[in-house]
Amino acid sequence: MTKLIKDRRLQSDTWQLLDRDVERWLTVGEAGLVPDFPAAADLIVPVKLWRLRRDDLLHREGCTGVWLESGEGPEALADDLDRVALIAVHFPKFSDGRGFSTARLLRERYRFTGELRAVGDVLRDQLLFLVRCGFDAFALRDDQDAEAALAAFDDFTEAYQGGVDQPLPLFRRRLAGAAIR
Amino acid sequence: MYRYDAIDQRLVDERVAQFRDQTRRFLVGQLSDEEFKQLRLRNGLYLQRHAPMLRIAIPYGLLSTTQLRKLAHLARTYDRGYGHFSTRQNLQLNWPKLEDVPDMLAELATVQMHAIQTSGNAVRNITTDHFAGVAADEIVDSLVWCEILRQWSTFNPEFSYLPRKFKIAINGAAVDRAATWVHDIGLHAVRADGGPVEPGDPFPSPAVGFRVLVGGGLGRTPIIGHVIREFLPWRHLLTYLDAIFRVYNRYGRRDNIHKARIKILVKERGPEAFDREVEEEWSHLKDGPATLVLEEIERVATRFTRPAYEPLPAVDPGFEALRSSDKAFGAWVKRNVHPHKVPGYAAVTLSLKKTGVPPGDATADQMDAIADLADRYSFGELRVSHEQNLIFADVAQRDLDTLWRELRPLGLATPNIGLITNIIACPGGDFCSLANARSIPVAEAIQRRFDDLDYAFDVGELDLNISGCMNACGHHHVGHIGILGVDKAGEEFYQIEIGGNQGETRPGAKAALGKVLGPSFSQGEVPDAIERLVRCYLDLREAEEERFIDVVHRVGVEPFKAHLYDKADQRPSAPERHLAAA
Repeated sequence: MTKLIKDRRLQSDTWQLLDRDVERWLTVGEAGLVPDFPAAADLIVPVKLWRLRRDDLLHREGCTGVWLESGEGPEALADDLDRVALIAVHFPKFSDGRGFSTARLLRERYRFTGELRAVGDVLRDQLLFLVRCGFDAFALRDDQDAEAALAAFDDFTEAYQGGVDQPLPLFRRRLAGAAIR
Repeated sequence: MYRYDAIDQRLVDERVAQFRDQTRRFLVGQLSDEEFKQLRLRNGLYLQRHAPMLRIAIPYGLLSTTQLRKLAHLARTYDRGYGHFSTRQNLQLNWPKLEDVPDMLAELATVQMHAIQTSGNAVRNITTDHFAGVAADEIVDSLVWCEILRQWSTFNPEFSYLPRKFKIAINGAAVDRAATWVHDIGLHAVRADGGPVEPGDPFPSPAVGFRVLVGGGLGRTPIIGHVIREFLPWRHLLTYLDAIFRVYNRYGRRDNIHKARIKILVKERGPEAFDREVEEEWSHLKDGPATLVLEEIERVATRFTRPAYEPLPAVDPGFEALRSSDKAFGAWVKRNVHPHKVPGYAAVTLSLKKTGVPPGDATADQMDAIADLADRYSFGELRVSHEQNLIFADVAQRDLDTLWRELRPLGLATPNIGLITNIIACPGGDFCSLANARSIPVAEAIQRRFDDLDYAFDVGELDLNISGCMNACGHHHVGHIGILGVDKAGEEFYQIEIGGNQGETRPGAKAALGKVLGPSFSQGEVPDAIERLVRCYLDLREAEEERFIDVVHRVGVEPFKAHLYDKADQRPSAPERHLAAA
């Protein structure tokens, strides 16, 4: 069972990750139809499936979120962001840092306001960077001690750079109130 | 010296606590080797051939004597009583124990030091001209800009897991003493109108900005950087870097460690296409919150302590008299004393290239003695140069004689700066697990061959750099003579190249990569081979001022190659001479 941290506390995960085998959901069966998605579940689907069966996904009772691989940028979803409740960004290895840029772009350029969830090789020691880049939910790797990981949000109490959590870099905040030349 | 404020200090203290906990989790088995590796590297900790190696950051090479004494204390307490100053202007300790490292970092934090991002796939120590702030040809004081970039790069949330390590160098002067063309990003302070900055110009002048080079580097694919922007107004420095880094972070290769540096991305995309991508990204970031403001530049500048220079005559008569009457002193002044922008002062290089000592090494006792001398003669500060020497940047001319007499018994007055024996060398196979071959014994054998100072003086300026493997930590590609250790069926051999140049250290030859001359040499053959190249140069040069590198640029490598591999010219006495020298 994946441990989910959201808004800095442990929460149970109401979302269901759809089988990543996209072809299964695109293959026409004996009845001449592609399979139906579970009607009530909140589903996270690969971006390819979203593109090909968006209307089927949206015309369900459950919500739909989209899964981006680390090499898939936010451009792939740019026109659909108001219809997506959640975006999961996959970290195949914790050392693959592309997802940090994906998150900042989603929040800062594309103004995505839904849940932004880090999934995959998500470890305690990345949490602070992830939150600074705009993630608000973290599906920790199964072996992680999620309770202990909560402390990582407080590893550092200040940052030089701006981020999604605090758009102004430290030097701007120091000058707040003073006239900027 | 940059003095931390409360926030700078808090971040470093919090880093120590974080790493202490990471080390604890590793030791109790909660972090795998691979996971801990990524974390410890970001604190400069390697697991090496013999023991861990801790690389301590010396931001842009600037050190106070309090800090140097702390480094001496760490070397003595946790290590074997010496340290190694690296080409990244850092200090490496080769024998610490893993369990001690959190305590060592805690000690460093008490003197405003750390090991943050001295390794790992993040922005490394920003390096610069070791004469920054005192050079007569300075456009801007690059130390201030280095500190601004240090803060921007420290724990950068988006750019801490890059495809590969990232090295930035800034040069603020007219000539390039920071090897900027062979960095991932090189920055040159320039004026929009190309003119000099006048005394009394507002700091920083609105007309001052940076030329931006990208995609240079050494390693196994050496490349000279491309100019992607001739003039970037200083206000835009951070947003423009953000744009470059975002393009690199998203599209740099992650499938092959040897193709992951930004130089490969720039090469594969082509500099023009890369430039367009950066411009597109920058169009969204430009004028955003990270746009620099004058108040911040001034705030950082005023956190640097400045020497309280005395008004002195431009030339000290006693100094002038002694340099002509005392030959040894004169030789040291010629090689190791450098011009200063303040009348009556000079910058001094303490050579860490004494024959028989691994290049860049200093003992704890030497460090303490150096700290005492810097307190007395150079306002309590010193610098580390990327050529692995130490610099006293602010010495009054009248004190040069006394300083020289004090440096000599410490073995720190070898008058060889710029000469063939001022060898840049990586730690090599004696220490490093990546190396194919040893560097230090080769450096020593060459130094012994050229130990006759009159001969070395006659040869003149010659950069000789040695790397123990193709990762090129010894910068062999940009040595006028470069030596690369290679492994041939388990044996150590050395490839020789010539024609490399770290940059326009004086007007003339530009930054260039060396060309390999031919088959490699065994360790014992290297000093002979170098001597043959030097003899060839002496035969070819047209004037004493024409340096080795100038001759290579004039005549090409062929005459050198012919001379090096001409069997008829091999002197049979060479092995005996080698033994006698050893």
